[in-house]
Amino acid sequence: MKRLSEELYKSPDETLAGNILACIPQQSPFRFIDRILSIDENHVVGTYTFKSNESFYQGHFPDFPVTPGVILTETMAQIGLVALGVFLCGADPSSLKSARIFFTSSNVQFHKMVRPGDQVWVESQKEYFRLRKLQCKVAMFNQEGKKICAGTLSGMFSNP
Amino acid sequence: MERSAAAEKLVEIVRPYVPEPELLTHLDEGSDFLKDLKINSAHMIDVVLDVEEAFDIEISDEAAESLQTVGQAIDLILSQAGASSGH
Repeated sequence: MKRLSEELYKSPDETLAGNILACIPQQSPFRFIDRILSIDENHVVGTYTFKSNESFYQGHFPDFPVTPGVILTETMAQIGLVALGVFLCGADPSSLKSARIFFTSSNVQFHKMVRPGDQVWVESQKEYFRLRKLQCKVAMFNQEGKKICAGTLSGMFSNP
Repeated sequence: MERSAAAEKLVEIVRPYVPEPELLTHLDEGSDFLKDLKINSAHMIDVVLDVEEAFDIEISDEAAESLQTVGQAIDLILSQAGASSGH
């Protein structure tokens, strides 16, 4: 997956971005989305900066802190699936408060490490959203624009 | 389209989503996609999308959600394929 063209990096409406962030159910210490840089019905771009005191660095690894691949996958899922799914479902905090989101599949390849303090950019392009299942091609880049990891993720959005 | 031809094509579509290949050896029209073929419910949506593409038909969300058995899927494919070709 190539980086999206620069014209897609237009800032979303602040209220919309705020509503989407408010609808994302994952919270600290398991929240890996800081900002939504761009979003529409087919794609989303967001960022997260890994704090140097994230709990997993204590054990992964004690002498060499590096972000676990599962956390990179989770970061891609929160930005690439949850944020986009919330947008596609209307991003209404009152109606989405009780929505449930389930991660259903991932197929990700990793190319580069992410160290404490690194900021990552996640770009996601919708493959389909049908019968409440969202499947996307998602890629993560570092600040130099080099690809960290990429793959296909899917999740189910169920309203109670 | 012949019912047997539709069935054969359907089996090839579901094959990648069936976790244990031997489950397909006992397949018949009464086979339940989730219970008998053990297809993950999220993968059933991929089966529906693949069926739509392979048979060039449209399946409504309501029909897709009520789909349980291989026989029901074949009925749906044949009715839709007939409708789209004007027969």
